[in-house]
Amino acid sequence: MDEISNLLGGFAVALTLPNIGFMLIGITLGVLIGVLPGLGGANGVAILLPLTFSMNPTSAIIMLSCIYWGALFGGAITSILFNIPGEPWSVATTFDGYPMAQQGRAAQALAAAFTSSFVGALFAVLLITFTAPLLARFALKFGPAEFFAVQLLTFCSFIGMSKEPVPKVLCSMMIGFALAAVGMDTVTGQLRMTFGFPALLKGFDFLIAVIGLFGIGEILLTMEEGLAFKGKSAKINFRVVWQTWVELVRYWKTFLRSVAVGCWMGITPGGATPASFMSYGMAQRMSKNPATFGKGNIEGVIAPETAAHAAGTSALLPMLTLGIPGSPTAAVLLGGLLIWGLQPGPMLFVEHKEFVWGLIASMYLGNIVGLLVVLTTVPFWAAMLRIPFSVIAPVIVVICAIGAYTVHSAMFDVVMMMVFGVAGYLFKKLRYPLAPLVLALVLGDMAEASFRQSMLMSQGSFSIFWANPLVTGITVLALGLLFWPLINSGFRRMSRPRPA
Amino acid sequence: MSDGPEAAATSGSDPAEGAPAAVAITERWPELAVAGFLMLLAVIDIVDSVRVGTGWADDGPKAGYFPFYIGLILLGASGWIFVRTLMRWRQLAGSFVSREELGGVWAVLWPSAVYAALMTVLGLYVASMLLIGYFMRRHGRYGWAVSVVVSIGVPVVFYLVFERWFLVPLPKGPLEAAIGL
Repeated sequence: MDEISNLLGGFAVALTLPNIGFMLIGITLGVLIGVLPGLGGANGVAILLPLTFSMNPTSAIIMLSCIYWGALFGGAITSILFNIPGEPWSVATTFDGYPMAQQGRAAQALAAAFTSSFVGALFAVLLITFTAPLLARFALKFGPAEFFAVQLLTFCSFIGMSKEPVPKVLCSMMIGFALAAVGMDTVTGQLRMTFGFPALLKGFDFLIAVIGLFGIGEILLTMEEGLAFKGKSAKINFRVVWQTWVELVRYWKTFLRSVAVGCWMGITPGGATPASFMSYGMAQRMSKNPATFGKGNIEGVIAPETAAHAAGTSALLPMLTLGIPGSPTAAVLLGGLLIWGLQPGPMLFVEHKEFVWGLIASMYLGNIVGLLVVLTTVPFWAAMLRIPFSVIAPVIVVICAIGAYTVHSAMFDVVMMMVFGVAGYLFKKLRYPLAPLVLALVLGDMAEASFRQSMLMSQGSFSIFWANPLVTGITVLALGLLFWPLINSGFRRMSRPRPA
Repeated sequence: MSDGPEAAATSGSDPAEGAPAAVAITERWPELAVAGFLMLLAVIDIVDSVRVGTGWADDGPKAGYFPFYIGLILLGASGWIFVRTLMRWRQLAGSFVSREELGGVWAVLWPSAVYAALMTVLGLYVASMLLIGYFMRRHGRYGWAVSVVVSIGVPVVFYLVFERWFLVPLPKGPLEAAIGL
């Protein structure tokens, strides 16, 4: 088993004292941003990215991914104790988590949520461990046409799977592509859409967009709702944790189902949020007594948390192997890799073996460390949430500004962050999805490059996208996902008897 | 009026509870404005792509080749939303944001905008002190002592973490220059 020995090598890389220290710092910072409104996985990692510029890439990615695990864990605390989802993917956790807390079962709910997150992540990491090398080896055969087809697949699945209106998904995605095109064209060296402004020469950085859209935008939304923190307190002791664990074994089927949903939604860019809702809905439908859902059923905590964490983790699989992130946070991590001069994609597994396996090993360790940290520090985070919003809100604005400034040490970026913030607020209120915008902004240059290379190879003929079985397969799959809503409704119409 | 949610929360009662919220803006205007703005972006994109060339040069597709089609799709999608909004004009009378909600948003939006502007002049640290101090005094109703300690303490912590520990420089202004940081 090649993977096992590689993984052991990875553990040797990850298990050094400084790296474990960075894991602890990362998890703690991650839980902090997960708990605070307005700071989430994607923008939290984006803000903290500059902190890692002076570190070596392996330690840096370990810390960043641990921030991400921490944020995933942290979202559950606010959902259960305060009925405030700290993260979009923990909205579904509030449905049963908060009722449990009201009934005095907060500790069980938290223990169940943390354990479910852990299990979800563990299965996703196992999936990454054993499929990533295969996928990377397979992707080595990819040419520009195949890469463009995979990117097409990513974006088509956004359109086909989205719950938002299709024109709005399209708009959001195209804005991302258009913003990515601003600046110097890498092929011809021509300036595009800069209109003589020197600040636009290097284009729009997606990190600024992420911090503005998700950070400032979220704060504006939160202010609108008017936050009054009235939370339940919780103390977790080992006995409750143990009892909950014994109880959780009975729900192994829910776990497996949720892991499957989560991994699937993470690899195709559905993301953690739809995965959590889908998994919750599935658990409710398959339950023997669906009426107890929403009233404090522990299954209603297990299902969304497992799926969200599985999705969040498996989103790193396409990011590492193909260079195509499955979620905005994975996109930010990809941005980090690029900054350190590591090009994600199949070659990463050949050229930077130590880095890749160090990262994968750190996923195992980071989640174990994360589980221990959150189980022991819940009261502290709950106390954190009692700090009034009049202190938290300006501090978050300051943190966002620092994050935006440090990306390029440019004041222009802080101004852009505010613009993106207002846009994020409007878009969220008008149901324009933000994830396609961010992903298009990240992948824009890459998608354009592979498209132009393909066109160059075929002398401008689209037939290159069905020139061989591999690329044809991916293209057909992409189009299938694009027209999935139509196909689905067509099937339903055919299977339904005509009204007489 | 923009006391923010905090004032209501700390006084222990919510005056707006039960009373129907006054609608400040209905859904249709923001929907139309955003779609219109996106159409404008699309036109800018298309015009500029045409300027750099959308066709085929000796060395392959020209620089405007890809963005041109992006612009066309954006124009189509946003135009569709624009027209649909006009067609459903009467139905879109629901509330986009109520007066209270808008007040809350405005209460954080304008200080943040001023903060970004001040940062260019005063540097990040002084601007942050002013922002945090303003919020605590205005919305948190804290005493001067607490407000001053927190609003100076937080930037100092950021200074230590970013500049000392992680060696990331942050923008500084005349005050930092005067004390020689």
